Amino acid sequence: MFKKAYSLLCIAVLVVALALTGCSSSTKEGASSETGSKDKKVTITFMHLWTAGSSKQHNMIVNDIIKEFEKQNPNVTVKQEILENEQYKNKLKVLAASNELPDVGMTWAAGFLEPYVKGNLFAPLDDVLDSGLKDQFVSGTTEAYAVNNKTYALPLELNITPVYYNKEIFGKYHLDVPKTYEDFKNVVQTLVKNGVAPIALGNKDRWTGSMWYMYLADRIGGADTLKNAINGSGTFEDPSLIKAAEEIQNLVKMKAFIKGFNGLSNDEAKAEFTNEKAAMYLMGTWDLPQFTTNEDIPKEFRNKVGFFKFPVVEGGKGNIDSWVGGPGVGLFVSENSKAKEEAKKFVKFFIEKWGEQSVTKAGVIPATKVDTSNINLPQMYIDVLNELNKASNITLFADVQMNPEAAQTHLNLIQSLFGEGVTPKDFAKQHQEVLSKTQ
Amino acid sequence: MSFLSNTKGVDSMNKMMSDKRVITLYILPSLLLIMILVYIPIVMTGYYSLMKWDGIGSMKFIALDNYQELIKDTMFWKSVYHSFLLAVFSVISLAGYLIISLVLSGKIKGANLLRKIYLIPMLLSSVAIAQLWLRIYHPSNGMLNHFLMFLGMEDPPNWLADPSIALYAIFVPIIWQYAGFYILIYYAALKNIPSSIIEAAIIDGANPWQLAYKIKLPLIAGVIKVTIVLAVVGSLKYFDLIYVMTGGGPNGASEVIASYMYQKAFRSFNFGYGSTIAFALLLLCVIATWVIRKFTHSDEEIQY
Repeated sequence: MFKKAYSLLCIAVLVVALALTGCSSSTKEGASSETGSKDKKVTITFMHLWTAGSSKQHNMIVNDIIKEFEKQNPNVTVKQEILENEQYKNKLKVLAASNELPDVGMTWAAGFLEPYVKGNLFAPLDDVLDSGLKDQFVSGTTEAYAVNNKTYALPLELNITPVYYNKEIFGKYHLDVPKTYEDFKNVVQTLVKNGVAPIALGNKDRWTGSMWYMYLADRIGGADTLKNAINGSGTFEDPSLIKAAEEIQNLVKMKAFIKGFNGLSNDEAKAEFTNEKAAMYLMGTWDLPQFTTNEDIPKEFRNKVGFFKFPVVEGGKGNIDSWVGGPGVGLFVSENSKAKEEAKKFVKFFIEKWGEQSVTKAGVIPATKVDTSNINLPQMYIDVLNELNKASNITLFADVQMNPEAAQTHLNLIQSLFGEGVTPKDFAKQHQEVLSKTQ
Repeated sequence: MSFLSNTKGVDSMNKMMSDKRVITLYILPSLLLIMILVYIPIVMTGYYSLMKWDGIGSMKFIALDNYQELIKDTMFWKSVYHSFLLAVFSVISLAGYLIISLVLSGKIKGANLLRKIYLIPMLLSSVAIAQLWLRIYHPSNGMLNHFLMFLGMEDPPNWLADPSIALYAIFVPIIWQYAGFYILIYYAALKNIPSSIIEAAIIDGANPWQLAYKIKLPLIAGVIKVTIVLAVVGSLKYFDLIYVMTGGGPNGASEVIASYMYQKAFRSFNFGYGSTIAFALLLLCVIATWVIRKFTHSDEEIQY
């Protein structure tokens, strides 16, 4: 009898133990800190995506900044959590759903940020901006993080997208940097005739093709036509936007892009350019280190790379100093953070220090202004920074401007347009439909 | 002595198992795990599918609106068609695997080595397979196109970039990936057939074809049915290679149900609609399984 009771008890203990281990959740993780008077110990959690492996320089700067911050604020400890890009996005979503966002984290602009702001998860940072930070930003960069006139994140990077080209290939066929779109088409034609793929494009990723479309839209219709079509004050069925789509298909018909571009990822396309199998490559300035300082890429190749501004279209309204680009990641502070004051202080500190160090140490162009006169940089950086100062307009990437639903439709349509699966008219019509539906 | 204590053990075991409370206790842990990990998420998915929800903010109950949209969604039906096409190809390829296993299970030299070679793709992770085949299919310096150009082809196809062939190009690695798995199953089933039956047939004068067709196949019919269900359901919910190799593109030419669900939930931030697709996928799988069971059902289970 006793034995039976004993074995029953054993089983019961086992069951409970199993159930408990199955359900135990990590309650420790989300808890950040007690609200604090100055002397109390405060811990800020900081989630970012610069791993020591893939972004070594970035990671080192972050650690330096944190160390300095902790030195100046002995009561604050900053705890990092680092995830790769894709994982980072997914984790942020899951944490948001369970209301356990880190005190400080990274976000992207406009469309990405919007759902979080609507869910009241990010704290407005206008007070930080007004405390002297505002003048340090390149004008127009913080707006991308604003919803209803409140800024919810502060950008760390600013990118524009020049067309990189291989000087040696251009020289071999006696080609000059094209100033007008006609010149550009001649360059393409000459290269095709000589069996060189003119443009490396990895359109499996779709945003890559979107940049080509955006430039043509900008050069034909002017800086505001596309912007207005996206924000609803204009229409996507504007003749200039349809014309831009036609030009894309003309380029495809001319075989301007590498073979099989719709099935290649951006990395594969970049490899074609770095292997000198394609002459041009339109990409953001985040790739500048690869063409200047990155020792993993042969020096002979790096010396061959130059860049030019997307040429103007005759009779178009756009000018050559208008760029496609925009801020990359920015820092947010969680609305429900228990150490909001400290978190904001940290964000401000981080932005300032990052601005000082990021170009020289990691080759990242910060969203804050850079004084080129007394720092030592590769010439291409100085050229790009000077172009930035001259820029008449920077149009934010279309898929970032749009809300996620419209952005997906846009990207799919871009792929169809390049694959000649949709006519320019339908391309514009379907954009207009989804934009007016999701407005 | 040992014999005695043994029967005693069995006795008390039987006594304990007749106690309903003990049975409940034994089942409870696995029941709880299955509930938490499988059934509750299914119910939750069904619940989310009735909502308008971006995955972050608050949910809004919209009843069956998502399902109405789903029925009218041409992209969804296109992905369903692609998934079923994959299922058809997978089932056809089963016949090939069966023939290979029949040959392997015969007494040929090196059968063991060959069996291991066939199993290798299954040991690779999906992403590695995808990377491998991306290299093979690369339009300008991939192995396949190099070979075709070597044969004198002027303009070899852009395998993964051409909407009319991308889907079929991607079926090849998917089917290749699972070859080892099914061959292993068939091989094990064929090896299980008692040699006495085979020997009897040979003595009766059956030739190898008759042996395979009239004796071996009927004896492993049960296993074949199971593999058909596995192949169909596995194809319907297939995701990984497609996600890595084409992401459903170009122009949705290789979109399957699961990749479309991922697009909607994690790219378009439309979790309500994504859940609706997931739930529809579940229903399709259940229906497909039921139909297959119904058609392949036979009353007499062969025993040997």
